[in-house]
Amino acid sequence: MTIHAASFRELRLDRLSRDFGTHNALKDVSLTIQQGEFIALLGPSGCGKSTTLNIIAGLLPATGGGIWLDDKRIDPLRPEERGFGMVFQNYALFPHMSVNKNIGFGLKMRGTPKAEIERRVAEAVGLVRLQGQTEKLPGQLSGGQQQRVAIARAIVVEPPLVLMDEPLSNLDAKLRLEMRAEIRRIHNTLGATTIYVTHDQEEALSLADRIVVMRDGQVRQVGIPEDLFSRPDHLDVAEFMGFRNKIAGKAASVSGEHATVAIDGAAILGRARNTIAQGAAAHLAIRPEDLHPVAAGSVGLKAQVISTEFRGREFVGFARMADGTDLSFLAHDKLAPGSEVTLAAEPDRVLVYGAAA
Amino acid sequence: MSDTASSIPLSQRLAARGLDGLTLLVVPAILFSLALFIYPFFYGLFLSFNPKAGGALANYQRFFSDSFLYGTIATTLWLALPVTVLTLLMAIPIAFRVRTMKHQRLLTTILVIPITLGTVLVAQGLLNYLGPQGWFNRALLTMGLISTPVKLLHNYWGVMISLVITGFPFTFLLTLSYLSGVDPALEQAGATLGAGPWQRFKHILLPLLLPGLAITFCLSFVQAFSVFPSAVLLGAPAGPTRVISIAAYQAAFEEYDYSMASAVAMIMGVVQLSIVVAVLAARGLLYRGPAGGGKG
Repeated sequence: MTIHAASFRELRLDRLSRDFGTHNALKDVSLTIQQGEFIALLGPSGCGKSTTLNIIAGLLPATGGGIWLDDKRIDPLRPEERGFGMVFQNYALFPHMSVNKNIGFGLKMRGTPKAEIERRVAEAVGLVRLQGQTEKLPGQLSGGQQQRVAIARAIVVEPPLVLMDEPLSNLDAKLRLEMRAEIRRIHNTLGATTIYVTHDQEEALSLADRIVVMRDGQVRQVGIPEDLFSRPDHLDVAEFMGFRNKIAGKAASVSGEHATVAIDGAAILGRARNTIAQGAAAHLAIRPEDLHPVAAGSVGLKAQVISTEFRGREFVGFARMADGTDLSFLAHDKLAPGSEVTLAAEPDRVLVYGAAA
Repeated sequence: MSDTASSIPLSQRLAARGLDGLTLLVVPAILFSLALFIYPFFYGLFLSFNPKAGGALANYQRFFSDSFLYGTIATTLWLALPVTVLTLLMAIPIAFRVRTMKHQRLLTTILVIPITLGTVLVAQGLLNYLGPQGWFNRALLTMGLISTPVKLLHNYWGVMISLVITGFPFTFLLTLSYLSGVDPALEQAGATLGAGPWQRFKHILLPLLLPGLAITFCLSFVQAFSVFPSAVLLGAPAGPTRVISIAAYQAAFEEYDYSMASAVAMIMGVVQLSIVVAVLAARGLLYRGPAGGGKG
């Protein structure tokens, strides 16, 4: 393998900001990325993740802050001077060029000798497994193949940084899984530093070395997938990471790691994730797959069943509490709509957030 | 016909081929073009082979043996081709600039005003503006750039300038619409791959625009080729700007020879058609697929 990543030590985003008129798309985003890392920028639409990526690529000027590649400030550079590889959401393949020409475009622009272009394009084609398709036009390829061309085109120039903007969002579910594994494999092979934008937490969890969760133009939490999955720092990050049940209550007692929250007469024990003042408002966050029906009379959340859906191995249930809070949970049996149910989760799986979150 | 085919009602079989009740809506359009285009065309064609005197081809023989007549083809081409190329060359960079502008609509409106004014009003304006005592010459004289007024009226240049002014908005609008059809992500992709502005234009935008520019060229050319008002008002209709439509006009309304006029019109049509066919044939060699980035 002769395609390899150009080397640098770290990429530093220093208080990046972007104003669109009165609207702040990005507010003081700072982040340091080490060479070889696979970073996922994760967040709901409008959180500023694509804006961040476009600013790094040079396609959008920042209105504040700077970008540093080691000791070199790169944000004044035009995109063609930065030399980063970018994979676009709609692939942005040149429709009038063959697969070979598309992949070789970046090398041609760099004035690479023809023989070397041919050699490196062939190698990139092999890496993304597109042998035999090289003389076709992009319009003659399937979505997954177009995606591979886009990736090959971005990496063949051996960029120090590969930027990917929701590259899998236009593919169907099966292909998405395949390409996810493919992207990870290519990253492992080349070791190119990658920044990957997605709104799909599963994608981010499975691909990234570190995840940057963004919301409202700000970085909310940076961490390894395992930490973000089980220990989100904020209630909104927890909700986004799949803790879909959010239940309001009052903190009854707090002792170190643990907190008890009084909800509808029941005292629910959970793990405290931030500073919680005794007697103040607090929220529980619980994943639907951790919330199960327990025997009537046990300590838990009382609710009325709205419906249950069969999901193969178990049922997904929907219920509403007396104060109107909707809950979703997993059950082994079908429950009659309208019946009363008490739901509980392992204390370790219950996160408690104080009002500050 | 097989049993299965005949068991399907005729209306459904027609619908499968795209013929249904809605198809009837094109009937007025067909009648309209039959009455106003197809019939007059064949009437004129027929008329042109029935000359006042001589055999069926007498009109055509006369046209191609009289330099005063056949010369009009070259005169008209010598106006229409440079005008078309010039408007296209002006339209491309302006469309590029306008595409990324905030107040695109305002500028587009300003640029389109010459279309709405019509050729005669533009000619009238130019008569004042470009004349020996007009602002243009006086400005140049005052600045000391020239010592005698530049002659821009009643010659080739007057017609040329007015054709560019009236033809440009149309060319510009078409170019802008073709340019807007190119996915902006393609240029961004080109930039991230190291292509500077000129390389992006040369390798990405131009190849995707060329088919559209060919169409624009044809339409603008046909417009310029049928020039009449400005050739009369601003040109020298007896000499350097005696265009082919003037020859047809003179045959019809000065000699009252409708047959000869029809023959001139037919020749005019053939010349236009051959240029258009040549351009479209060249266009057939180009990439003509979508100008977007695949499955978007």
